[in-house]
Amino acid sequence: MTDVTRPPRFESIAAVRDGLRDVRYLADEGIAGVVYLADRLAKPVLVEGPAGTGKTQLAKSVAEMSGARLIRLQCYEGLDESKALYEWNYKKQLLRIQAQRVREAASGESWTDIEEDIFSEAFLLPRPLLEAIRATDPVVLLIDEVDRVEVETEALLLEVLSDYQVSIPELGTVVATQIPLVFLTSNNTRELSEALKRRCLFLHIDYPDLEREREIVLARVPGIAEHLADQIVRIVRSIRGLELKKQPSVSETLDWARTLVLLGVQTVDAELAKDTLHVLLKYQSDIAKATKELGGSPPR
Amino acid sequence: MVDVLSGFVGELRAAGLPVSMTEHLDAMTALGHVPLEDRVAFKYALGATLVKNDAHWRAFETIFEVYFSTGSPGWSAAPPADQQDQQGEEAQLAAMLSDRHREGDAEMAMLSAEEMMELLYRALLEGDEELLAALARQAVDRFAGMEPGRPVGGTYYLYRTLRHLDLDGVRTRLMAQAQALALARPGPEQPMTDLEDRLAREEYDARIERLRLQIEAEIRRRLVADRGAQAMAKTLRKPLPEDVDFMHATQEELASLRRAIQPLTRRLAVRLTRKRRHGRRGPLDFRSTVRHSLSYGGVPAEPKFRYPRPAKPEIVVIADISGSVAAFARFTLQLVYAISSQFSRVRSFVFIDGIDEVTSMFDGVEDIGAAVHRVNTEADVVWVDGHSDYGHALETFWTRWGQQLTPRTSVIILGDARNNYHASQAWVVQELAKRARHVYWLNPEPRSYWDTGDSIVTQYGVFCEGVYECRNLRQLERFVEQLA
Repeated sequence: MTDVTRPPRFESIAAVRDGLRDVRYLADEGIAGVVYLADRLAKPVLVEGPAGTGKTQLAKSVAEMSGARLIRLQCYEGLDESKALYEWNYKKQLLRIQAQRVREAASGESWTDIEEDIFSEAFLLPRPLLEAIRATDPVVLLIDEVDRVEVETEALLLEVLSDYQVSIPELGTVVATQIPLVFLTSNNTRELSEALKRRCLFLHIDYPDLEREREIVLARVPGIAEHLADQIVRIVRSIRGLELKKQPSVSETLDWARTLVLLGVQTVDAELAKDTLHVLLKYQSDIAKATKELGGSPPR
Repeated sequence: MVDVLSGFVGELRAAGLPVSMTEHLDAMTALGHVPLEDRVAFKYALGATLVKNDAHWRAFETIFEVYFSTGSPGWSAAPPADQQDQQGEEAQLAAMLSDRHREGDAEMAMLSAEEMMELLYRALLEGDEELLAALARQAVDRFAGMEPGRPVGGTYYLYRTLRHLDLDGVRTRLMAQAQALALARPGPEQPMTDLEDRLAREEYDARIERLRLQIEAEIRRRLVADRGAQAMAKTLRKPLPEDVDFMHATQEELASLRRAIQPLTRRLAVRLTRKRRHGRRGPLDFRSTVRHSLSYGGVPAEPKFRYPRPAKPEIVVIADISGSVAAFARFTLQLVYAISSQFSRVRSFVFIDGIDEVTSMFDGVEDIGAAVHRVNTEADVVWVDGHSDYGHALETFWTRWGQQLTPRTSVIILGDARNNYHASQAWVVQELAKRARHVYWLNPEPRSYWDTGDSIVTQYGVFCEGVYECRNLRQLERFVEQLA
């Protein structure tokens, strides 16, 4: 562990909750609790859950709340250390050597001087992980969709996650000056390795319950009537009760609510719900099923 | 506290959750940072450090309730769960009962049965959580008839309590009330639309479900006080979704299996595509290397390799869908079809004593679950009496479709091979093995039951490439992965 002492970011769990509420992210007990613990224990948070439940948004909101800079590493298959950790700026190094050759003839500097010089910080291109470690201002590091990288690549993250340091063979170890809050999100397309899970706090964000979803709709859709919001989340809950290929997510609920507000709707009836279902559901078979369940004729 | 946490972690491990040493330590540290009187925060602190898989959360929750259920003031000295501590626990139970709810409860105890039902109806109508919680306690007091030391499970008490509460009747009343409200709306008289009706019903169902959960929790609390946490946790131990036995799954477990299979198939498909793409490097592709060297002025700077492209297998699934193994066949078909992109072709046949091809039912269908349901209801699989007859089914398969098998086909037979003492016709499997590339047999029964009674799995098994025990999702997943 690094022995960086620092004041805690958050006073209490309630403070986290209120802070997130101020940036219009409605956290439940679990979310606020885990964020609070992540700060106190200086551990990364692994956020898992269905798509569109606000996993990435959580990191963004925490950054916004604490006034920190968000550094984002989007994971994909084939991500390697030159994209995640650091890379030597070899073009600049080449130029340096070239320039040296010219001067060398005049002054007589030796090769060792050059070598020491070209492997210095000036020639290092920091990638997100190193950047987060070296930052002197407060940062939140978001490692998005970590389940997309191969198991072998996961190992790249381990040193950063557990010790907040990056070892660069030519330079030595870069230790964090301050411990960033780290969020990893996963859509669970594969099991993450035990080693990674062990180093993280685990947070599963599921679809919110009725009350929370209503609050989310009210907070994030400007100009929506309370009555309409209530109806919307009830219908969404009803649809989530069906066996669908893809359940409507919170972001889709919000899209739907915005659509209805734009249409100037006061109350949702079955006909209207059916006509706008395609905002909520993305598969034809799901739409057909929901239409059938909500009653009435199939969409025209 | 350290002891209680160790006991708790031990119980989690016993329930099958992988909790490592570091995680245990993390949990200890985490507890130092949360206010101990905040039970919710306490729970999430433990959850975040100890449970790293969403599917295990339910198991964690149950064990948590058992270990730290003695109410907010009591838990910090939660029972170390030893028999000698019986008295301490009783004192705690008394303390728990004498907390702030005590007065309300005493008042409630005076009510007659009718008044109480009325109160329950009101509470559900208004969704009054406090009142519902008090009513749950009261209902358990009155109806469960709990006696200390009696060796019956919580379900028995739950059943007794719920029987007296007549929740179906309450629901009907609530719906009637909602209907009446709708009619009383200002403006032209109109009954509730279907949608409104549905939403109201779901709302009340959700409230009733919450009441049921509260009653269940209340019963569990009292049982823990009676028997001690460790014993209670043991009786509540349930298999994790991936370990649930297909053949003996309850309705509830089947539902959780259905939910679990969706992400599982997705994971499996992703993994298999990756496996295919990142296959090992083959030998040097000389032609391609020379071709690419031209752009470097004839210097073979970039060697090219021939990547092996294994042919996708063709799958024939022959599944027994008689009552005893239907659930198993259902999940297997679902899994195989969900990853059908990994195979060049999937054909499926189902049988009981007759056999029928059901491939067409899956063609172009997006909802595999619905298709499997159709298979179970529409396929023509009864020949004489609707009892499994592997011999006849296999023989029919061989005469009607046997010629269509090719050396690229893998045949998977699903079933417990309980043949009701009919002729086995094992020669069919032998012939299948000759024609097809692989023949596998998946048996949902535990290995120790094989070849007992009318099970003749070995008679078929000797001709198969492998006979696998496939009792739960974990085993099924492993098999399907090696197949593709």
